[in-house]
Amino acid sequence: MGRRVVVTGMGIWSCIGTDIGEVKESLYSGRSGIGLEPERLEYGFRSTLTGIVPKPELKGLIDRHLRRGLSEEAEYAYMAGRQAFEQAGISNEYLLANEVGCIFGNDSSAKPVIEAHRIMLEKHDTELLGQSFIFQAMNSTVNMNLSTIFHLKGINFSISAACASGGHSIGLAYMFIKNGLQDVVLCGGAQETNLYGMASFDALRAFSKRMDEPAKASRPFDKDRDGLVPSGGAAALVLEDYDHAVARGADIIAEITGYGFSSNGTVAISQPSDEGCVRAMMRAMEDAGITAADIDYINAHATGTPLGDRFEAMALDRLFRGQHALISSTKGHTGHECWMAGASELIYCIIMMQNGFIAPNLNLLNRDECAENINLVTETVETQIDTALSNSFGFGGTNSAIIVKKFKQV
Amino acid sequence: MTKEEIEERVRNFLIEELEIEPQKIFPDARLKDDMGIDSLDFVDIVVIVEKVFGFKITPEEMEGVDTYDKFCAYISTKVNNS
Repeated sequence: MGRRVVVTGMGIWSCIGTDIGEVKESLYSGRSGIGLEPERLEYGFRSTLTGIVPKPELKGLIDRHLRRGLSEEAEYAYMAGRQAFEQAGISNEYLLANEVGCIFGNDSSAKPVIEAHRIMLEKHDTELLGQSFIFQAMNSTVNMNLSTIFHLKGINFSISAACASGGHSIGLAYMFIKNGLQDVVLCGGAQETNLYGMASFDALRAFSKRMDEPAKASRPFDKDRDGLVPSGGAAALVLEDYDHAVARGADIIAEITGYGFSSNGTVAISQPSDEGCVRAMMRAMEDAGITAADIDYINAHATGTPLGDRFEAMALDRLFRGQHALISSTKGHTGHECWMAGASELIYCIIMMQNGFIAPNLNLLNRDECAENINLVTETVETQIDTALSNSFGFGGTNSAIIVKKFKQV
Repeated sequence: MTKEEIEERVRNFLIEELEIEPQKIFPDARLKDDMGIDSLDFVDIVVIVEKVFGFKITPEEMEGVDTYDKFCAYISTKVNNS
């Protein structure tokens, strides 16, 4: 038994909203954040579908010296982090006087790499690159920028674990606090949405081509799904030791009670595995001291690819057939938020928990036979959620599962 | 290019690209202490000057250039001698 880990702040910048309230409305009403970016076709993509994420206006919010190293995804993460600290009641003065950590999930920063390369091809002189690219191009761009802007003094590194990056960042932050190594950690996930970051993913023929109906393109578990829709943004949570939060007088939003991880151990790098998913979920439930019967809602990883959804459905069927847990993938609303997804989807779970509803699995018109025996929700359901499980799985067989519980004083 | 034209271009990029407040730009303003230009800004200034004036600043030539008017004079010499 370690220390209790609670959520005291949340923030988000996404294609379905740029604050928690707006995201709640989108989840409840089934509003999709998917649109088209026509220049993708000219660039050579198979599909123009993408989550449409607004660019934050940072001029006036932070000084240029702090702004210049921000990559696209770090800008999103700054906006999300700012909201999370604000909700947690953590001010600049607090951050200057106390130790707060930062663990973020991010697994690419393609745009600055490509832009710098273009300049090099023209100028053949590194001195004409300027100083920003290095701080934008590294995978740790989010951590290095946020830790500088917010003056953070605790743990400071990034997690790169493909589409499970955001989930693992929360898992690690939870472990650092649970084991007494940190009292407060800002954690989350960030994902660039520019076309450079996603071209090589499109190369795998993994993206939906349903360009005539953008809002209907992302259809997890549906028989007619034809691939995922790339998306992004950033999601941030303030995790905190329970006693520390109480002593600070913070409002407690929810409690993280379990973290599970696993690696598939399969031969092919993009091969999903029901066995790997099961082991991650089992480990999370064991960590939380609960069984499948205790879970009320599962936010599935399901991205809308034919193979990935099938293997997750097999895993959910094995663990939850006959149980009451309701299941949806919110990627019908958001598309696949990739490196950010594990963090944003945990926030979606908490929003549903706080507001007593379950967001539907959008565009599930003809259920695939692989999903016949799992309790998928196709319409918004008003219900109380006490315990939720959020899954994230990534290339290379990396899996994360997080369990979040409605906060109760014990 | 006249001295005034050069000064206007320098002033513009300091305001537009480096976001230096106009009131901080005056003849004997110190680049570091008064205008807040740090060592990383100088890395960007090399790029901007190359774009705006077509030549590359070298650190050796910049030695002793520590105020706004010295900087404009340096640019002016380089532009008019090329």
